[in-house]
Amino acid sequence: MRKIGLREVEDIALGASLLGAGGGGDPYYGKLMAIGAIKECGPVELISPEEVPDDAIIMPIAMMGAPTVLCEKGTGGDEYRVIYEMVSQYMGKSVYAVMPMEAGGVNSMLPIAAAARLGLPMVDCDGMGRAFPELQMVTFTIGGVSATPMALTDEKGNSAIFNTITNKWTEELARAVTMSCGGSVTVSLYIMEGRTMKAFGVKNIVTRSEQLGRAIRGVKNQEGLTPEEAFLKASEGYGIFKGKIVDVLRETNGKFNIGRIIMEGIGDYRGERAEVTFQNENLTASVNGELRATVPDLICLVDTETFIPVTTEALKYGKRVMVVGLKCYEMWRTEAGLELVSPRYFGVDTDYIPLEERVKGGAENV
Amino acid sequence: MYKLGIDVGGTNTDAVIIDENLEVVAAIKHPTTDDVYEGIISAIREVLRESGVDRGSITQAMLGTTQCTNAIVERKNLAKIGLVRIGAPATTGIPPMVDWPEDIQGVVEDYTVIRGGFEFDGKELAKLDTAAAAEFFEKLKGRVKSVAISCVFSTIRNDHELEIARLCREIMGADVHVSISSEIGSMGLIERENATILNAALYQVAERFTEGFAKSLADEGISNAEIYLSQNDGTLMTMEHARRYPILTIACGPTNSIRGASYLSQLKNAIVIDVGGTTTDFGMIQNGFPRESSVAATIGGVRTNFRMPDIISIGLGGGSIVRRQPDGRVTVGPDSVGYRITSEALVFGGQTVTATDIAVKLGMAELGDPALAAGIDDELAAGAMAAIRDMVEECIDSLKLSSEDVDVILVGGGSIVLPRELSGTAHVYNPEHFGCANAIGSAISKVSGNYEQLIDYNQIPREQALEQAKAEAAKMAVEAGAIPETVEIIEVEDVPLAYCVGNTCRVRVKAAGDLA
Repeated sequence: MRKIGLREVEDIALGASLLGAGGGGDPYYGKLMAIGAIKECGPVELISPEEVPDDAIIMPIAMMGAPTVLCEKGTGGDEYRVIYEMVSQYMGKSVYAVMPMEAGGVNSMLPIAAAARLGLPMVDCDGMGRAFPELQMVTFTIGGVSATPMALTDEKGNSAIFNTITNKWTEELARAVTMSCGGSVTVSLYIMEGRTMKAFGVKNIVTRSEQLGRAIRGVKNQEGLTPEEAFLKASEGYGIFKGKIVDVLRETNGKFNIGRIIMEGIGDYRGERAEVTFQNENLTASVNGELRATVPDLICLVDTETFIPVTTEALKYGKRVMVVGLKCYEMWRTEAGLELVSPRYFGVDTDYIPLEERVKGGAENV
Repeated sequence: MYKLGIDVGGTNTDAVIIDENLEVVAAIKHPTTDDVYEGIISAIREVLRESGVDRGSITQAMLGTTQCTNAIVERKNLAKIGLVRIGAPATTGIPPMVDWPEDIQGVVEDYTVIRGGFEFDGKELAKLDTAAAAEFFEKLKGRVKSVAISCVFSTIRNDHELEIARLCREIMGADVHVSISSEIGSMGLIERENATILNAALYQVAERFTEGFAKSLADEGISNAEIYLSQNDGTLMTMEHARRYPILTIACGPTNSIRGASYLSQLKNAIVIDVGGTTTDFGMIQNGFPRESSVAATIGGVRTNFRMPDIISIGLGGGSIVRRQPDGRVTVGPDSVGYRITSEALVFGGQTVTATDIAVKLGMAELGDPALAAGIDDELAAGAMAAIRDMVEECIDSLKLSSEDVDVILVGGGSIVLPRELSGTAHVYNPEHFGCANAIGSAISKVSGNYEQLIDYNQIPREQALEQAKAEAAKMAVEAGAIPETVEIIEVEDVPLAYCVGNTCRVRVKAAGDLA
């Protein structure tokens, strides 16, 4: 057990924007909620998965809806109590701790706000190790855990518990309610016991996020290493490309923010071209037409000077970025994992080949 | 009929006079003084004398000033204010100023978050709680003279903000300054609210510089001029508007410099390279306006919704020190002899090899005593120029949007050290009056209209929605004083709302036109 205070929140937020792999929303508003809650209620206890009893009820916390709406409405702060009471009553047992379901983006921060306001510990574990666009894309699905019962509340106090027959129904019903409630709500889903969390969760991901954030902040002060080398070492990342954005093609299919980013090489990559495709999160990265990384590995775009991650929404012509690949959690690389998040699931016609194999194919193997 | 442009910078106050064909009649530099108005008055006198134009024929006077930025950064002359946020039961999870540096939080004497505000589709989020606002204003009365009001989705509907503003004046008196967030604009409640708080706290600073400027002009006999202030987006606002929304003057300096350079070279699309003694700034001008950075601006530690010009700075200038490294490479900068160049550079009898000495040695410039640079090793000179070329060409390439060659405008006193032929460029221009680009940028500015709305393309088709948005923006520019025939659409942006059912996009259009 250790305490998460304001300093730690800053680092976790920065790390979470990297784990967002281009999506997940800018953690800034989430960070403000976490800061607001900690200033009001004190630091949060972060506990390791092993500290959780097998039969304890764990309640993941997330927001659902449009990040743009969240950036106007924020949250009220009372949502967590509403959810806690609903879940405890439904399960017939008080909730023991909260946890993030998604370590990347804005959803990394809301459980911190919830833990502070409820006075509950937060477990150092999530269900993705990154951000993903669809509700069933969590390691707990591999473990056979159902997304429902799912508790949902808006800031006005409207709340509901969903029991659905498939995750597709959960998604459809929850999205419809979310829009009626004003476009952004607080939810708890994949409510589970400690033993399930321990068997299928991505452990110590909050700590990893914090370390990533601290490393990005410190890249300029690493003895004997250039900032780029320091960044790749600390993130255990694979440098894929460095270039400036020459085109961003976006469209929305009514549900996702999809598109392509075209880059022209700068520095060592001058004369080369790269493309990154995205569906909320980045899906593929290719250099000169050859794939170098695909989902479920993480494809992140970071600023070439500061190494601060750039989200898909903030991409602009002329921005200079470095494309970095990070290995995904091992469970995603299993057959059961790939069934949920393989490149083909996202409409990319290729087999999944691990990042470290793909980068060997090209000239730059960092 | 003439325009007078003034730019008050940290070091110099520049003044220019421009005629009705936008030709520069006179341009001067004067040191900025502690009392800003002494510097302004002296600059006005000097430029009037140099130009010989009749005071009465100056019909427009434009001022670009960093005083608001300085007041915020230095925490000086900021007034105590009250804040009302409309948005409960939403937003209360993020209290106002939650991530502000402690030394500036004190500007807010007291705040309250009341029920009200809107959803993204314009529906009421909660019924407006006027009773809570009235109680707060009663309590605040006499304690502050300026109030900031923010509201959830006020960029979609501003009626709750207007209602509370009216109530505020009713209770606290007609002379209370009220700043509402919808006037400052842009999505993102916290950034908008932050800017509104800073705006409210600047009211005395604004009074002082608008009145001071008007008085300086009157004292110099310029009594027929309409007065305008430069905004951060490179357009102008009236003095009346500047008094109410001084925060909009933030960071107009770099914007004016880039626009001035564009004007002087008559180029609407180019890279502007401003070379000083120590650093070189690279900016991009697109359709006559600077390309904006994608990062929200933080002013004095407070995150706001203002976009700044996208600028890359490198440590290269006229005073940059040239060295041969142990491995044989020749480097230029990043350190510089700075303002001591006139005593330390070889050509001025000093002992340090600077970029300026290299330029003189290679016959690119005539400065000081060329004989003193003649002894520089040929190989060192060639190596240094190659290093400068590499640095500059890399930056040009980073800024470009495509591999096509672009035009480059060189300004600034240090620009003599740059080669005139650079790869990736079509033409390199070095316009006259390049030293006063800021004041010129201010004098030639246009007035603008900004329109922002969330639009569901399933209800209004995209083409139609964009046309409507353009028409609205153009109408706003005309309302701000633009001649209708000159209004152009200068920026269109539509970004889909992620993770949202339907096809809702955030549409932003900016239009600008010439002043009548």
